[in-house]
Amino acid sequence: MTVTETRSTVRGGRRPKLAGGRLVTTISLAVLAIIVLVALTGHWMAPYDPTAQDVKLGSTSPSGAHWLGTDALGRDVLSRLMVATRIALLAPVLIALGTTVIGTSLGLLAGYRRGWPDAILMRLTDLMYALPGLLILIVIVGVAGSSYAVAIIALIVLGSPADIRVIRSLAMGQRELAYVDAARTLGLTNRRIMLRHLLPNLAPTVTANLLLSFVYALGALAGLSFLGIGLPAGTADWGLMIQENFKLLHVNPWASVAPAVLITITATAATVLGDAVFERLSAGKSVSQ
Amino acid sequence: MIIAKLVVRRLAAAVVVLFVLSVITFALLALPEGGPERALLGNRPSTPEVLAAIRAKYLLNEPFLMQYWNWFTHAITGDFGTSITARQPVMTMIGQRFPITATLGFYALVLTVLIGIPAGLAAGLRRGKLVDKTITLVSLVFMSAPAFALALLLLYVFAVALNWFPVYGIGDLNHFTLPAIALALGQAAVLVRQTRAAALDIGGQDYITFARARGLGRSPIWGRYSLRNSALPVLTVAGLIAAGNLTGAVFVEQTFSLPGLGSLLVQAVGQKDIPLVQALVLLGGVVMILANLLVDVAYMIVDPRVRHATAA
Repeated sequence: MTVTETRSTVRGGRRPKLAGGRLVTTISLAVLAIIVLVALTGHWMAPYDPTAQDVKLGSTSPSGAHWLGTDALGRDVLSRLMVATRIALLAPVLIALGTTVIGTSLGLLAGYRRGWPDAILMRLTDLMYALPGLLILIVIVGVAGSSYAVAIIALIVLGSPADIRVIRSLAMGQRELAYVDAARTLGLTNRRIMLRHLLPNLAPTVTANLLLSFVYALGALAGLSFLGIGLPAGTADWGLMIQENFKLLHVNPWASVAPAVLITITATAATVLGDAVFERLSAGKSVSQ
Repeated sequence: MIIAKLVVRRLAAAVVVLFVLSVITFALLALPEGGPERALLGNRPSTPEVLAAIRAKYLLNEPFLMQYWNWFTHAITGDFGTSITARQPVMTMIGQRFPITATLGFYALVLTVLIGIPAGLAAGLRRGKLVDKTITLVSLVFMSAPAFALALLLLYVFAVALNWFPVYGIGDLNHFTLPAIALALGQAAVLVRQTRAAALDIGGQDYITFARARGLGRSPIWGRYSLRNSALPVLTVAGLIAAGNLTGAVFVEQTFSLPGLGSLLVQAVGQKDIPLVQALVLLGGVVMILANLLVDVAYMIVDPRVRHATAA
């Protein structure tokens, strides 16, 4: 399907061009690839058993045997970091997928069909924007007895309004275009028009949203773990490692600094990639607003 | 007149938001295992007499709506009851901690504006140059990183490794500098992106070209035209910044052991001290609602076009 719309190409898009361009994108892609690889193979590659304690050894700074040192219980920090990668990535990926599916479908529905579903959805998203979402999340998950599943579902709900808004406004623009009229004249069902005709044109935004949601979820979940909410204590997780090893800042800073750096790097790489994917995809399609 | 009408409309919306928030907050009581009695009991012995007294005091035998109304009418006058663990009026505890969080929040807000707007303008007005690329990349990092990760890294580098700042605790303003920077960086990054986009947009407008053609120097163009016209899109993210400031404070206070409202909330959640949690969440919500209200009014004052458009 070729849809050409000149408006956006003239304006050139308001999204900032990527800093450093291709080099930064390539590095980000490589970083993410390595992190995903570690998430998949970390359990076998880890030099030590991540749960093996050596209380007599206690916390040590980096050495030849333990590259990132050990934590208060004498556990190898590097091994825990590697094993934690899987859980640190899995939940945010789930949340990103959930948010994007809900946000995109409701956004399409609201923007294309308009009418009462649109009115209700807009009031709801207005309301959610006005509430301190993350604060409510901390409180509910914390008070209800720390369920990780609740946190995941709540983050999907919290993340959706932004996606709904963005997709809705794009869908509203698209429905006025000739190809939608043509599809309607051909007698195609609304569902088919939305999924087969509108959706492909919104692909750049949907992909960018997916990566942005991932970044948000990664930070939010790690933040909950950092506050001691969500995952059970002792689980190998980046956020939890920061919380547990925070008091070792003077003994072995790497035990908490390394997971913080990893979270920052992963989040940044995903953001860069989101921008790059958006630009690459929309360069061909020229859908922007 | 028109502004007054608009403010009234916004106020009505704010009341609805406040109502929803208050229901959520009140319902928190039912969340802990064992229901509201257990939550309100705390560590007191659970004799039938004590339980009966609690049921009577919080009207737990009455229908839900009555319970809510009782709680709400007290809450609105600032009476959130007594903390279960500290056995102190909740509002007294909040009053003690408030100055710390207010200082942190205000300090961070000032830094956000002082960093965000000049950096955004500098990037936007020198599009594609090295300055632009550097600023955009750096802001991307700060925008992506969660506040507590930034806080930890700043703490390690500047307080532990370089020893430039105190590691934790309170005292003079210096104790607040690092936490405020940690809180401000994420928000400033959002502001940089928004200001940059606004400056790019405005840079292409005819009146800028015209001003340049008239021979105006850089500073009058920046000051009189760019700054004022980019105020609108910047104001759009002000609500977002307020929200980020609020939740960010929870994490930053926790990292730097600042005894403010954020760490009080974390502590209250950990101890399931529901009255304290309720008061803090509601307070956070009210701050956010007021910030959004303020943004809306500022919007109308800065841009006459908005006033006229909404009047029509």
